[in-house]
Amino acid sequence: MIEIKDLHKSYSIGSNSLHVLKGINFSVAEGELVSIMGSSGSGKSTLLNILGMLDEADSGSYTLDGLPIKNLNEKIAARYRNKFLGFIFQSFNLISYKSALDNVALPLYYQGVNRKERIDIAMSYLEKVGLTKWASHLPNELSGGQKQRVAIARALASNPKVLLADEPTGALDTKTSYEVMDLIQGINDEGRTILVVTHEHDIAQMTKRIVNLKDGLIIDDTPVNQIRALSNV
Amino acid sequence: MFDLERWQEIFETISKNKLRTFLTGLSVASGIFILIVLLGIGEGMRNGISSEFQNDAANILFIYTGATSKEYKGMNPGRRIVMKNEDYNHTVAANIDNLEYKSSVHRIWGGMVNYKKESGSYRVEGVYPDYQFLENADMINGRFINYTDYQKFEKVVVLGRKVKNDLFKNNEDPLGKYVQIKDINFKVIGVYTDPGGEREESRVFIPISTSQRVFSAGNNINYMSFTLQKEDNFEAALAASNKFSKELETYLKDKHTIAPDDNRAVSINNSLENAKRFYDLMDMIKFFFWGVGICTIIAGIVGVSNIMLIIVKERTREIGIRKALGAEPLSIILMVLHESIFVTTIAGFTGLIFSLALLEFVGPLIETQYIANPSVDFNVAVTTVVILVVAGALAGFFPAWRAARIKPIVALRDE
Repeated sequence: MIEIKDLHKSYSIGSNSLHVLKGINFSVAEGELVSIMGSSGSGKSTLLNILGMLDEADSGSYTLDGLPIKNLNEKIAARYRNKFLGFIFQSFNLISYKSALDNVALPLYYQGVNRKERIDIAMSYLEKVGLTKWASHLPNELSGGQKQRVAIARALASNPKVLLADEPTGALDTKTSYEVMDLIQGINDEGRTILVVTHEHDIAQMTKRIVNLKDGLIIDDTPVNQIRALSNV
Repeated sequence: MFDLERWQEIFETISKNKLRTFLTGLSVASGIFILIVLLGIGEGMRNGISSEFQNDAANILFIYTGATSKEYKGMNPGRRIVMKNEDYNHTVAANIDNLEYKSSVHRIWGGMVNYKKESGSYRVEGVYPDYQFLENADMINGRFINYTDYQKFEKVVVLGRKVKNDLFKNNEDPLGKYVQIKDINFKVIGVYTDPGGEREESRVFIPISTSQRVFSAGNNINYMSFTLQKEDNFEAALAASNKFSKELETYLKDKHTIAPDDNRAVSINNSLENAKRFYDLMDMIKFFFWGVGICTIIAGIVGVSNIMLIIVKERTREIGIRKALGAEPLSIILMVLHESIFVTTIAGFTGLIFSLALLEFVGPLIETQYIANPSVDFNVAVTTVVILVVAGALAGFFPAWRAARIKPIVALRDE
């Protein structure tokens, strides 16, 4: 599903150049649940941004589901993001003045789905994350866990090939974190490919494979025996 | 524009930010309000000036002669030019189709008028029947001089209201009574009033034929006065009267052997020319008002633009989210533009309606000499609407451009 070869990325800060990714080789097959670990500054967020087409690599190749991702203009990148990727953020990034339902429906709006159909689809995903009753609530009326579940529903709404989660449990307490991870595991069980960036070991253990990043290089890439989140709740 | 989804988006955003939107709109609304009110006042001033000119027949030409100031064909300067009946007759004959009213005037100097014991010195003029219309003299009693009076050298007189009040005390009816002008009896046939006021009403008119004969003037005349036939518009009327006065001047100078460049001997007072000066002034004022109004709107636009920039800045994160979810740059631009145009248009219309209401209801109450019935016409309203939409687009464009260039990864980091 994801093929990355010799990926380099550096940022220039003033006159200095900061080499963040120093040749990443990495691939993810369909249906995998991968966690990317590393201390801050290891380049894991940069990697995720490149995977998410929010940022572009300096060199190296990136292929998503057989499609080379290269030299995209903003318009194409937006279209690909909408079609292929679903984002889950640490700080949820819900639009504050839109109801949970409208937030979930937003990717479909950019897909050009008409309103009625959009609402139907969004409702079905809200049901999937167990928030049907909260559909008309604004984000600030929801708890952190509920917000993240809305964000997950939104990420799923456009039926993407890959879910990219950037510290999805970073802003949540342990119990809520595990509930969210349970949801993510459930989605993975249905066969969706998911990448999770985290620095929490317990969260990483709930995935199927851990990729360890340090100073811009993959130092470790091992499959793990997945711990079901539910058993910890 | 007709994307229903985007309308819903905009209404949602606006309803979530009522105060901000209201304040944004206020600057535009007041801009339009000021523009329309200024234009209304400008129109009112124009109307006021126009009505000032209705007093005398507006396109009146008044011709009088003086002394020559230049030597010409062996004649010395300082020669007094006196027009004759032939000059008048020729002018009338040559322009018979173009003239509406026409009269020559013989003025009797030192016109002492007596009735019984009352007497006064007034302007006594021998005129043609048409003179009534040239002077806008309204008869309040009796009649004006008619053609029969002229033909039969009748010794009849029309008094101004002030003259009548001076001479006929105790509300005595002047009609049929005899007054003496320079000791010659004239029968009063009418009393007139003139919108020009007392000065215009302290005159007496007698038939010009009588005047010339009785006061031994031969066929001398002092003035000529004409109005031209009405034209469709002001420019045509002005052109016609300029042409007429030019020809007349040439004719008189030729006839009386006056140097063509002698401006003192023959004077033609063209009231339309005077009116044009006022109209030009009005146009200047109107132009100025437009300028002030447009500047006010520009201030409003800058305000909207500023606030839209803040909105974009405030919504940076949201725009980042939208982009991450697949919003194309164009859809972001259209979102901001659409909101900006919508807000300016609604606000502008509100300002337009308020100002029109003000002009409609308060306008007629204004009663000063120089402002009458301030109003704006349909074209002006349409123009301002167009200005509004363009203004909204302009105000929104730079913020929208900025929004479109936001990088999602930077935006998402924005706290």
